[in-house]
Amino acid sequence: MNAIRFLPSDGLPALLSCLVKTGRRILAPVEKPAVKSSVVFEPWSEGKPLTLQKATVPAKEAVLPQCETLLSYRQTKNADTAALNLDDTPNAQPTVVFGARPCDACGYAVLDRPFLQGPFVDPYYRARREQLVVFTTTCGSGCATCFCHWLGGGPSSPEGSDVLMTEIEGGLVLQSVTDKGAELLNSMPPAAKLADGAPVFRQAEEARKKAWASLLPAPDIKSARQAIAGIFSDANFWQEQTDRCLSCGACTYFCPTCYCFNITDEGDGYEGGQGGRRLRSWDNCMSSQFTREASGHNPRTDKALRMRNRVSHKYSFYPENWGAASCSGCGRCVCNCPVYLDIRAIVLAAIKHAGDK
Amino acid sequence: MPVLEGKELRIVGFLCNWCSYGGADAAGVGRAVQPTDLRIIRVPCSGRVDPIFIVKALLNGADGVLVSGCHPRDCHYSAGNFYARRRLEVLKQFLPVLGIDEARFEYTWVGASEAQLWQHVVTTFTNRVHALGKAPRFDAVEPLLKIADMALTALRPLGTGKNAALPKLKEAIKAKLPELECVIGWQQGYDEARTVPLFARTPQDVDKFVWGPFNVNNPAVYLPTFRGKKVGIVVKGCDARSVVELLQENLISREDVILFAMPCEGTLDMARIGEKLGRYTTVDAVVCDEASITITADGKEHRFCMADFAQGKCYGCATPLAALSDVSFGAPVDVKPVSATPPELALLDSLSLPERMSFWRGQMGKCLRCYACRNACPMCVCRDYCVSDSRDPHWMSQLADEREKLFFQTVHAFHLAGRCTGCGECQRACPVGIPILALRQQIGRVIEQLFESYKAGTDPAAAPPLLTYMPQEKNIHERGWK
Repeated sequence: MNAIRFLPSDGLPALLSCLVKTGRRILAPVEKPAVKSSVVFEPWSEGKPLTLQKATVPAKEAVLPQCETLLSYRQTKNADTAALNLDDTPNAQPTVVFGARPCDACGYAVLDRPFLQGPFVDPYYRARREQLVVFTTTCGSGCATCFCHWLGGGPSSPEGSDVLMTEIEGGLVLQSVTDKGAELLNSMPPAAKLADGAPVFRQAEEARKKAWASLLPAPDIKSARQAIAGIFSDANFWQEQTDRCLSCGACTYFCPTCYCFNITDEGDGYEGGQGGRRLRSWDNCMSSQFTREASGHNPRTDKALRMRNRVSHKYSFYPENWGAASCSGCGRCVCNCPVYLDIRAIVLAAIKHAGDK
Repeated sequence: MPVLEGKELRIVGFLCNWCSYGGADAAGVGRAVQPTDLRIIRVPCSGRVDPIFIVKALLNGADGVLVSGCHPRDCHYSAGNFYARRRLEVLKQFLPVLGIDEARFEYTWVGASEAQLWQHVVTTFTNRVHALGKAPRFDAVEPLLKIADMALTALRPLGTGKNAALPKLKEAIKAKLPELECVIGWQQGYDEARTVPLFARTPQDVDKFVWGPFNVNNPAVYLPTFRGKKVGIVVKGCDARSVVELLQENLISREDVILFAMPCEGTLDMARIGEKLGRYTTVDAVVCDEASITITADGKEHRFCMADFAQGKCYGCATPLAALSDVSFGAPVDVKPVSATPPELALLDSLSLPERMSFWRGQMGKCLRCYACRNACPMCVCRDYCVSDSRDPHWMSQLADEREKLFFQTVHAFHLAGRCTGCGECQRACPVGIPILALRQQIGRVIEQLFESYKAGTDPAAAPPLLTYMPQEKNIHERGWK
């Protein structure tokens, strides 16, 4: 099943309101004005302006929120009985991520493997992922920090998306790339202002080709996995590469593929004192607490060792387990880093260093 | 349900064990009639009350907070309340920037035998809080996004530093390099419009040093990590203030650091440059003349005049050349300091209290808790032991709500009170552009007013004002309870 539709430029709000009417939450990129503005995904409602720019923060939130309640408990006491109520229902609702980029969508594919395809399925993740439809805007060009094409992706790569949207003159061409996407497009009423896209699909293909042509040539990083594994114990290499790292979490928290989390139990405190919750929140392997053990021992005390783990995980361990890198090449870790630490440069240096040995 | 539900407000009292708690006890024993709104927490000394206790209470639903200790010069521990007085006065004047009415917080001194004074204090304060009514809840206000006006006039002509004596500097660094672990400066980053810190260990590394308006990072942030090793550091005037502050606090040793300085002609506000270039573009070329930079990105030319696109701090900078240095090239620039309100702070000044709360709610909504602000700060020296990550004590909830995020910012700002040199790295590092520097600037302004124009990082021998006290404070006046 395949659906190709054309949406005129002024039809966006109409399509979005039809999507809302299907009972789904729409997460769409919204521009936050500031001296340094940012674009973040937020629930869309009628009349809210949105943008199709590449977001500052990827829409990982849709499947793995910054913080979620895994379970909450409440104790109730009567004169003669006491009961403890536990609620571990996943917080999930049908959602459309509208206006992700191919690198963001690829992030969902990367997260799916450990959360859904491993020996243990994460019920919270699954509840959200199964109800998610991803509308991806294909990119018009690359930029100085993008490197999706180094990793097998590209400005119109369909991995992780359900519908690809390509901007052409006068509007957007919407192409379903999964059955889920096609069903949703086919179910849209006339009010969604969707027209048959077949006559203009050629224009979309041309726009995509143009985007591919705008990319800088990609170096060959096929040997990254072995190269990085090979220099695991070369402390000097990692030290030199991470001199300027500040050990903050910008690279991990802005990453569409990072999925490490922490679990914290919190009581309600003064809000009642009879209950509490177990929270799962994003964790950050750049922080020394990430590996600090209960005994106080910390096997990764130095930022160089922590960065080694980050790079190795993305380019060596994860590929070993799952056959693909856990990096989509979105470049957010580079452009959001306060010292522009460049993971591409580390990977290339590792390949070169391993070759020199 | 308590009888007074709805009539009582939530007021938290921190009372020193030796005086005020005794005073309150005496009032109770003496059957002195008092309002019942106050919930008392007994502390060993008013000096034990960290200002973040008070902020936490106020952000989490307290309608008022009262701190009461021994009278000055009567502290059980000699000087606890002297320190408390300075901190609490700074806090009181800081609260309005968060949108919290400062009348909701008060500190005072009540002796153990002063039952009547206690009765008077608690009644007066409770009446005052009742007159203000229930405190607005941070999580109930509507977010408000406002942008500061960055059109500023510099105290001196700003330029690109094109004619700086960089070759001479490199020679001098190479001469010193053998005795140093490394020399920290700047090199080009992933494109010509970005520079990044460089740690030069060989003469070839030294050749990579660059000097100019893209050198935004503050290299002083790395100094404490080299403690015990001798390192060199290239500094702008503002960076040197951070070095001086580190020296003031004995966080580094003077003999372990060699400062290389050149007069800075201003650095670029990469936030505003980024807005013009576009978030995801490719820089093709950077051309620089004496007063401006022309950046070509995605084939489009953008010209940036230094006078229009410098970092906020550069406009008010009166120390372009480091006041403290070992090797310096270029003459000091004579600039008369003028006190002016920084742009983000001016924006907050122009807002009402409820608007300020809305402003922070809107801003903190973007925060991902990556703590780039904290880690980019040269004065943040707790490093791996920050309360934000601690589970014991569990100071901050992991819930991703704006209140917790703003609470962290106030913790950070308060730990920097009297120490922050205003380098602005916290705000520059923020990937989502939250104007958090304004919180530090508000504290800086209060410190300047209270402690005779004290500016952090200007005198290596000066004690930071919150680490010392005067038995009789010049600008902190006892408030009467009449």
